[in-house]
Amino acid sequence: MTLDLLLQEGCQLPANVPARQVPVDAAQWIANAQRLHDQGGCLLALWGADDRDRDGVFRVFAAFLLPDQLVVLEHTLAGANPVYPALDPWFPVANRLQRALYDLLGLKADGGDARPWLRHGGWPEYLFPLRREVGATQSYANHPRPYPFVPVQGDGVHEIAVGPVHAGTIEPGHFRFSVVGEKVLRLEARLGYTHKGIAKRFEKLSLQEGHRLAARICGDSTVAFSWAYCAALEAVTEIELPRRAASLRALALERERLANHLGDLGALGNDAGLAFGLMQFASLKERLVRLNQEVFQQRYLFDYVVPGGVAVDPGVRAVRALLDEAAMLELAVPALRAIYENHAGVQDRFRDAGVLSPELARAHGALGLVGRASGVAQDLRVDLPWPPYDRLRPNRALASAGDVAARVQLRFDEVMESLRLCRSLLETLPPGSSQLALPAAESGRLGIGLIEGWRGPVMIALETAADNRVRRCHAHDPSWQNWPLVEYAIIGNIVPDFPLINKSFNLAYSGADG
Amino acid sequence: MFDILNRVRRNGILSEALPELEQPDAAVEKLQRQLQAVFGRALRIRHVDAGSCNGCELEIHALSNPYYNLEGSGMAFVASPRHADVLLVTGPVAVNMEDALRRTYDAMPEPKWVMAVGDCGACGGVFGESYATRGPISAVIPVDIVVNGCPPTPQVLLRGLLQITLQRQP
Repeated sequence: MTLDLLLQEGCQLPANVPARQVPVDAAQWIANAQRLHDQGGCLLALWGADDRDRDGVFRVFAAFLLPDQLVVLEHTLAGANPVYPALDPWFPVANRLQRALYDLLGLKADGGDARPWLRHGGWPEYLFPLRREVGATQSYANHPRPYPFVPVQGDGVHEIAVGPVHAGTIEPGHFRFSVVGEKVLRLEARLGYTHKGIAKRFEKLSLQEGHRLAARICGDSTVAFSWAYCAALEAVTEIELPRRAASLRALALERERLANHLGDLGALGNDAGLAFGLMQFASLKERLVRLNQEVFQQRYLFDYVVPGGVAVDPGVRAVRALLDEAAMLELAVPALRAIYENHAGVQDRFRDAGVLSPELARAHGALGLVGRASGVAQDLRVDLPWPPYDRLRPNRALASAGDVAARVQLRFDEVMESLRLCRSLLETLPPGSSQLALPAAESGRLGIGLIEGWRGPVMIALETAADNRVRRCHAHDPSWQNWPLVEYAIIGNIVPDFPLINKSFNLAYSGADG
Repeated sequence: MFDILNRVRRNGILSEALPELEQPDAAVEKLQRQLQAVFGRALRIRHVDAGSCNGCELEIHALSNPYYNLEGSGMAFVASPRHADVLLVTGPVAVNMEDALRRTYDAMPEPKWVMAVGDCGACGGVFGESYATRGPISAVIPVDIVVNGCPPTPQVLLRGLLQITLQRQP
């Protein structure tokens, strides 16, 4: 089957972007993955479902991002110990995705790394929590197990172990550095510490309340995840979102991008020794979230996106205040950018630190902001624009140096572009309703929500059950793709530069741990 | 350099007054007495994310911005539990963090206090208890004060911290 043929196979998948679902057998699974790889597609997400209660089988799904659509391969697995062909020979990101899938559902890839990823010893080895027979609130004795990090040997090589509890106010994860003197030879991360069993939890919820859990998969991307959830649900129920609601959601998404980029720009200045930058940007961010509180009644826009629309419709006065704020930021941010760019000490730390080359970024399927700072021209708002981005026509920010400076530059560029988008959204806010009642969803349907959050593409795959319940909900954060790239970017740098390099990626722990 | 100084001058001082407190209940009053006797207001705080979604962390970060100016009130975050008086814990406790949380608590010198932050820290929040979470912080280590919210605003966090330190003895 050629790629063209593959793309006509299967059926259209309900989603906010063009998407196809293609059922395949094991041989086609491999052949198609290979072909998708050769065509420049990247593996976005891998997940499974226990359908033994329905038709006696397990299913494994792989979602691939192509320049013009999303393709989901669906492979059916029979038997009690199901095995599927591994994808990591073509897509390195599959390594951790396959291990997570095994830990939760017991579906085994026929090759690759077999170390546990999400299971640190908090539940028994041969118990797979996402299987239907496992109770949702059952808990087990905790037997934390040491993790077999890959050892590095040689004269003068030693290890530095950091985490899971770090020195600052950040999420937990473990970093194992193998170093000679101060130089990093290898970094290996162990994550999964904030795994909260979100997928299992979803199965206890109704379709109408699932967005609240989706909003809490990753707190700094709450708009992106709740929009992805609602988009999947709305695609399944086949309603068309009121144009005003779509515009207000985009406004919220761009404000989330602004808040995070402003926060990061400050923290990056601070990590380079410029506390002034932290205080300036933290003040701008605080003003932004205070206006969120005033206009949307939530500082970080938790639960602002709801099924069928948005929770609060801002009035005329609020629109004025938001435009005034945009004008303030349009002056303040370029002024601070000039200070950063003319500061020799800051630039000395930013340039050539933590380089992720365009070749490596492409080979590993780097996503979102990290990819764009290394020349990977991918932004769903531009490539697969869903309403209202189809009429907004955002400009894609792009850099190719792949160092900390490039990731800083990209944030500055994206702040200015988001301000332009916010302005455009506010000036052309369509009249009408901002919320719609959702009809009941048909049972057994799969829908996809795919949203370009501030880090990159955020995906929700939602399957419905009878009585408006969630049957299965899988969430994917782009940090899955980008975490292994931090390990490459640090090689050859010195240990004290790690906080700066890591901050320039600013990846999610909770978002990826689930 | 001139640009930097000029911006600092133009911004002025943004820090706001600390929030007013209502009359504390008996349990908090007892805490206050203990803390006052030892530290006055010079609290050192250590934060541990025991499985949070990162929402509470955004607000804990905000405490250090010029508007809330936590350090200006005499309190500061420290890098090690061995230097801390108060442990600020967020999240429903993920089983994968249970051991690390307990070890962090054990590493703190006496006397020590624990503040559970956010709805998840208070009761498990939307995540509840499951194979992967233990629910509230109090299921794993002793908790002295709870601050609700999803996430709690910096004002609410500050009030929680001040409640146990600021009030003068009668």
